[in-house]
Amino acid sequence: MFRPRIIPVLLLKNRGLVKSVQFKNHKYVGDPINAVRIFNELKADELMFLDIEASKERRLISLDFVRNVGEEASMPFGVGGGISSIADIKEIISAGAEKVVINTASFEDPDFITRASDAFGSSTIVACIDVKKTFLKGQRAWGMNGSRAGKFSPVAFAQLMEKNGAGEIIIQSIDRDGTMAGYDINLIKSVSMAVNVPVVALGGAGRMEDLVDAYKNGRANGLAAGSLFVYQSIKRGVLLNYPDKNGLRFA
Amino acid sequence: MRSKTIIVDYGTGNLNSVKRCLDRMQANSIISSDRAEILAAEKLILPGIGHFGKAMANLKELNLLDALHEAVLVKKTPILGICLGMELMAKKSEEGNAAGLGWFDAEVVRFDISDRERYKVPHMGWNRVFIKKDSILMKNVDELSEFYFSHSYHVKIEDQTDVLNETYYEVGFPSAIEKEGIFGVQYHPEKSHDAGSRLLRNFVEM
Repeated sequence: MFRPRIIPVLLLKNRGLVKSVQFKNHKYVGDPINAVRIFNELKADELMFLDIEASKERRLISLDFVRNVGEEASMPFGVGGGISSIADIKEIISAGAEKVVINTASFEDPDFITRASDAFGSSTIVACIDVKKTFLKGQRAWGMNGSRAGKFSPVAFAQLMEKNGAGEIIIQSIDRDGTMAGYDINLIKSVSMAVNVPVVALGGAGRMEDLVDAYKNGRANGLAAGSLFVYQSIKRGVLLNYPDKNGLRFA
Repeated sequence: MRSKTIIVDYGTGNLNSVKRCLDRMQANSIISSDRAEILAAEKLILPGIGHFGKAMANLKELNLLDALHEAVLVKKTPILGICLGMELMAKKSEEGNAAGLGWFDAEVVRFDISDRERYKVPHMGWNRVFIKKDSILMKNVDELSEFYFSHSYHVKIEDQTDVLNETYYEVGFPSAIEKEGIFGVQYHPEKSHDAGSRLLRNFVEM
């Protein structure tokens, strides 16, 4: 009776919600706290907030913001953006988030995940792996909001994150981000088959069928999307929405 | 007037989520690690995420074990353990190979999954609970309601009459337990939309 989670991913920039295409061309889509209220009404399974400029600016996502989300959210939520110390995680959890999403810090120092998981338990620690094609070496895990290529393949990095204690892995395709052209199923499946912790698919979902595809063929346990839940259609008129969860209940 | 609920702070877990959920329903609650307040409480909530062994060590270090035993076993103060807080009510856990509070004849074991492609650990997400016996805690909670889970270990219990809810994740496990005013839920009612709020309201209004 277990079913995959459907997770709206909301990107923050200058305290507003934005949506990108391939990590660029950010378009303003609304107020984040209002979005939490709407997703409460829609009974969303889980929410994820990512401050996309925090790491570059060497700062942490606003704790006031996390507290405001915590006041409103009647579902679990994860928070990412510039998290680079145990003290950061402690503050974010006490501000009300269930999970922290770590990308750049795990990229710069993979052992940070070990320390974080020892301190807070693995189910609190989510490793977000941003994946982009490189010219010569195929797909690689990228850091710093997709601006720095790493040496690891997505599978190798996911296995390292699992070994270091991450309780969950988000596998995000930068190439598919905002395209609404479907998930990179091969990428998601390769990671999902290689680790025993839950894998969340992100990047490219444009239709309900894409979610089903990521669950059935990609073996993802969480189905995350940005555009799909903030736009009415591929024409990209802003309308926060959420699908019927029973459409994803399989025997 | 609703009774005063103490959310026991033992240096682990997301206490504020529980507090906020109670605040939204205007239930009178405070977060505390004070022995006297625990002993005087009308209701207790033992939340928790993280590591079993460390949690027990924290309770001991904070000198709260005796107070909890006295409140629950002698004063019969109703208590609700959430997630790790439920697991702590067992006799022992594989996690850290540590002894628990021992209020239930139960032990805590790691999920032993065969189909690891399909059933990842932690068990993370929304799952149904099957109500196994009548309880004031489940009043007006629909049969087959979904709750949010996030855990790698689960309780294995001797006396099946202590099982309040059962949930399936390849294997069946007790997702809620109850005996004599001692309640434990493996899921997070504070993060489970209407069904979760209903359950918490049932507890504080008990």
